[in-house]
Amino acid sequence: MGSPRFYPGEIVRVRTGDPSRHYRTPRYVQGKRGRVHSVRGPFRNPESLAYAGDGLPAQYLYKVAFAQSDLWPGYAGAPDDRLFIDIYEHWLDDA
Amino acid sequence: MAPVPRINDRGGLPGGPIDRTEHRWADWEKTTDALLMLMQRKGIACVDEHRRAIESLPAEQYETHRYYAKWLAGIETLLVEKGILTRQEIDRRMEGS
Repeated sequence: MGSPRFYPGEIVRVRTGDPSRHYRTPRYVQGKRGRVHSVRGPFRNPESLAYAGDGLPAQYLYKVAFAQSDLWPGYAGAPDDRLFIDIYEHWLDDA
Repeated sequence: MAPVPRINDRGGLPGGPIDRTEHRWADWEKTTDALLMLMQRKGIACVDEHRRAIESLPAEQYETHRYYAKWLAGIETLLVEKGILTRQEIDRRMEGS
């Protein structure tokens, strides 16, 4: 297994997609920029496991932080509020 | 025509008021939970397959059925998919109950 592509503190952008099959990257973060909080480790890919696949190659999973105000139009909470969500490496790009 | 997003991908969409009343689990709900745990422990299906099975339920069923009813429908889908039971066997057993 190789090294993670991203490290804590890096800015990343979530890819966009509309898969007709099982996926774990909700639309409300797709296309958004966030900051990697931590590397959760490698996990077998649920998009393959969901169809009795072996889930390989494993993908690194990252906890990524997003500004709430970037996600929700008219967000009325505190300006530094963040949302944390686990995103798989193959759904992330450099920002 | 734009692809239709999967029915479960609804984070951030309006969901109506949250029902905060305490819910006592019925015996069948506990049995459903145990059945899924057993299937996972036996290597019959994993959590990802079960999620996919639930996400694939007809829209009306997905929207109206309770949580464990959807779990059970997902279990049924997987048991048939993997050739452990047939729909006919399930239907026959249901008719007899």
